[in-house]
Amino acid sequence: MTAARAFLEVRDVSLSFDGVRALDHVSLEVARGEVCAIIGPNGAGKSSLLNVVSGLYAPARGTLLFEGRPVHEARDLSRLGIARTFQNLALFRGMTVLENVALGDDFRARATLLEHALRTPRARREERRARLEARHVLALLGIADRAGDVVGRLPYGVQKRVELARALAARPKLLLLDEPMAGMTFDEKRDMCRFVMDARETLGTTLVLIEHDLGVVMDLSDHVVVLDHGRKIADGAPDAVRRDAAVVEAYVGRFAA
Amino acid sequence: MGFFLEVLVGGLLAGVMYTMVALGFVLIYKASGVFNIAQGAMVLFAALTFVTLLEHGVAFVAALVASLAVMLALAVAIERLVLRHLVNAPPMALFLATLGISFILEGTAQLAYGTQVHGLELGVSDAPIAGLPIAISRFDVFAAVVAGALVAALGVFFRTTRAGVGLRAIADDPLAAVAVGLDVPRLWTIAWGGAGVVALVAGLLWGARVGVQFSLSLVVLKALPVLVIGGFSSIGGVIASGAIVGASEKLAEVYVGSHVGGGIETWFPYAMAIGFLLLRPTGLFGRPVVARV
Amino acid sequence: MSFDATAWSASSSDVNRAAAPPATSAKGWRRLSSGPAAAKTLRAGAWLAALAVLVAAPLLVTDYVLTAILVPVLALALAGIGQNLVTGYAGQLSVGSAAFMSVGAFAAYDVHLRVPGVPLLASFAFGGLVAGLVGLLFGLPSLRIRGFSLVVSTLAAQFFFVWLFTTVGWFSNDSASGVISAPRLEVAGVDLASPAGRYWLSLGVVAPLAWTAHNLVRGRIGRSWMAVRDMEAAAAVVGVNTGRAKLSAFAVGSFYCGVAGTLWAFAYLGTLEPHGLDLDRSFQILFIVILGGLGSPAGPFMGAALVLLFPVLLDRVGGAVAGGSVDPGVLQNAEKIVFGTLVVILLVKQPAGMARLVEVAWVRLSRRRARAA
Repeated sequence: MTAARAFLEVRDVSLSFDGVRALDHVSLEVARGEVCAIIGPNGAGKSSLLNVVSGLYAPARGTLLFEGRPVHEARDLSRLGIARTFQNLALFRGMTVLENVALGDDFRARATLLEHALRTPRARREERRARLEARHVLALLGIADRAGDVVGRLPYGVQKRVELARALAARPKLLLLDEPMAGMTFDEKRDMCRFVMDARETLGTTLVLIEHDLGVVMDLSDHVVVLDHGRKIADGAPDAVRRDAAVVEAYVGRFAA
Repeated sequence: MGFFLEVLVGGLLAGVMYTMVALGFVLIYKASGVFNIAQGAMVLFAALTFVTLLEHGVAFVAALVASLAVMLALAVAIERLVLRHLVNAPPMALFLATLGISFILEGTAQLAYGTQVHGLELGVSDAPIAGLPIAISRFDVFAAVVAGALVAALGVFFRTTRAGVGLRAIADDPLAAVAVGLDVPRLWTIAWGGAGVVALVAGLLWGARVGVQFSLSLVVLKALPVLVIGGFSSIGGVIASGAIVGASEKLAEVYVGSHVGGGIETWFPYAMAIGFLLLRPTGLFGRPVVARV
Repeated sequence: MSFDATAWSASSSDVNRAAAPPATSAKGWRRLSSGPAAAKTLRAGAWLAALAVLVAAPLLVTDYVLTAILVPVLALALAGIGQNLVTGYAGQLSVGSAAFMSVGAFAAYDVHLRVPGVPLLASFAFGGLVAGLVGLLFGLPSLRIRGFSLVVSTLAAQFFFVWLFTTVGWFSNDSASGVISAPRLEVAGVDLASPAGRYWLSLGVVAPLAWTAHNLVRGRIGRSWMAVRDMEAAAAVVGVNTGRAKLSAFAVGSFYCGVAGTLWAFAYLGTLEPHGLDLDRSFQILFIVILGGLGSPAGPFMGAALVLLFPVLLDRVGGAVAGGSVDPGVLQNAEKIVFGTLVVILLVKQPAGMARLVEVAWVRLSRRRARAA
């Protein structure tokens, strides 16, 4: 870890649900620009960790610092430059793909309600730009032809991409992905990997992702954190973690040698 | 002081009447997560059916049984024609559907039975009970007892019978309920049938009090604040909030209403409900809704 | 509470299929008649034609149609637009539209009465603004209360304002049971009391407001509303200020209702009694929006037309069948049954309302034409 202040810092975070310890004194640091994978068996607390980082759960103890500033609530995320996707998809099903993605960047818009009602030049300009940006992101992810489709009716794989597009439209400094490859075929996974890494290249985004496919994890990440029963049991470069005895034990030999 | 107590007790007992109607709401909400705004129309429909049968010379008990049958048939019809097709619909759509149903029921009831006011005699007088220091109507007490019995019966139903437990399961997670093999259509029919029975009882009690007429369905709308304050899915909550709403409505009407021109009981319960909810958004005993992301 | 108009109706998938571009050859003519550019010019042309017809209406229809059908349809459609914003787009249940209409009407009446020299349109605007503020107030509980419990807030508004305007004489200049009468309808010196004048006043007020509503829902504001409707928790994560979104929906929706109420009282009835804008009217407006299509721009107009025309139709048909005129009580109850049934059928079969039905029919029709061409 660098001596300079870490990009994302989780310090001694604990979280319980009705007496069940979801997170137990978890600390970790993510450096700017890196790809950090959080892995672990089911129920290890990975999603809980991500939810704490994104302000959806308030930890019972511990602090969360992003670029040195605390993250309090979910509504602060956009302003701070953090975007995320969800394990079970949190798309706005009644809106079109384009509208969902454009929303990702709406928080930056300046034109007021009145301006939008009267279609002033500024409102028109911002709207035009929002739609163009959204289409651009959709094109990057290969779903530009779906722009006018209502999200609720789309196949799962496409919805996953829409959610990623919406997160990318925010041009975030930090992107949190909760099982972005879940439920995908081999080809779809390969495409998603490419999109995610492209985003990292073009936007310089730091990535934190929860992932079960260990092949993906080993290929993509610079930094791996392993959780088990709410506790961190390993933290380091992929190769080192892979050989860690505690990790192997937690997975009961599911690693390829 | 005596006057105050009288108003208070009168209000509490009036609240019992509201609770009766609210029980119907709770039943359906617990079973299907639907807010059934047609409950008021069901009360009107049940009462009108009963009264019309009576007026045509049918004996009291026979009329009661026949009205019950009608309400159960209604429940079957609603389940088969409407609910079955809206299984996966969002709550808003289900609510709007019940709004449609309430209009159908009101229109049908008035078309079939006419729009005049019908008197209803249940054999219990409104006279004050002799020997008490404050005037408490005999009828109010009778209504309270009936309501209490109904509440107890419902409580037992939900806790012990298979149907009751099944209904609670459905309210919690309809998909899981189907997955474990619960007969959802049958259970919904039971829930709506039960609500129909509650509507009949409430209709009879209200009808005896104010006469069976169209305004019954409006008066019954007052049960809404009761429901909302008590927490949508709690029978106990509805009892407590019924008392609160009834009492405060009467007190406000008497002590405040006289200064501002009267008639505040049309909106006072709702204002109270807002205030209450701002303090406790899930109502007295309601369960907080967990938003899963 | 989300209103996902897509998930459960099988028939709504028809639109998706029907809307896909026909797989024809690249013949220039076919492209011209079915491409997106052609669709845009066609649509613009259709709008202009429709506008021309609307403006020229007084030349085409009788005075009765103008004052008894077109004016009230326009007024109720505007109220429907307001309701649509709150319930259809922002997903907040409101059953108080009629109350906000009455707030607008009484505010406009009072400002016209007490402030000398207020131009008519300014009093319309004032009515809208006051209604908007009141709507904002009654929308505040939405910040803390979720789900159906919120209905008590607008229900309270509904009952409260009927009581207020009936009981507190100041609002109606101390008239009996709160009845008010409309001021002279005059804009910039032009007298608009004639049927044509009332109609043009209504059109002149409703058309621009409908345009502003359309602008709102198509942009960032509309998106923030729909996000709150579809999944509030995710909306916050994406950066939507959910509190502001809900309140703005209530405020803007109530503004439209306020102006609609002023139109209703001034241009249509010429008078207003508080009980005319009661819970039944609120339900009527809710029906307008459900039948027309929640979250659809043309929906309120179709819904208003249906809701207002249907009783007239029923009366004629009933009269023809029964050989004479029908008892108004019977008529009213028959209406109730029919509307209730229509609402249920639409919710089950085509939850996106008549607007979507029309769209599906239109697309099917043009597809059939394209195939035949």
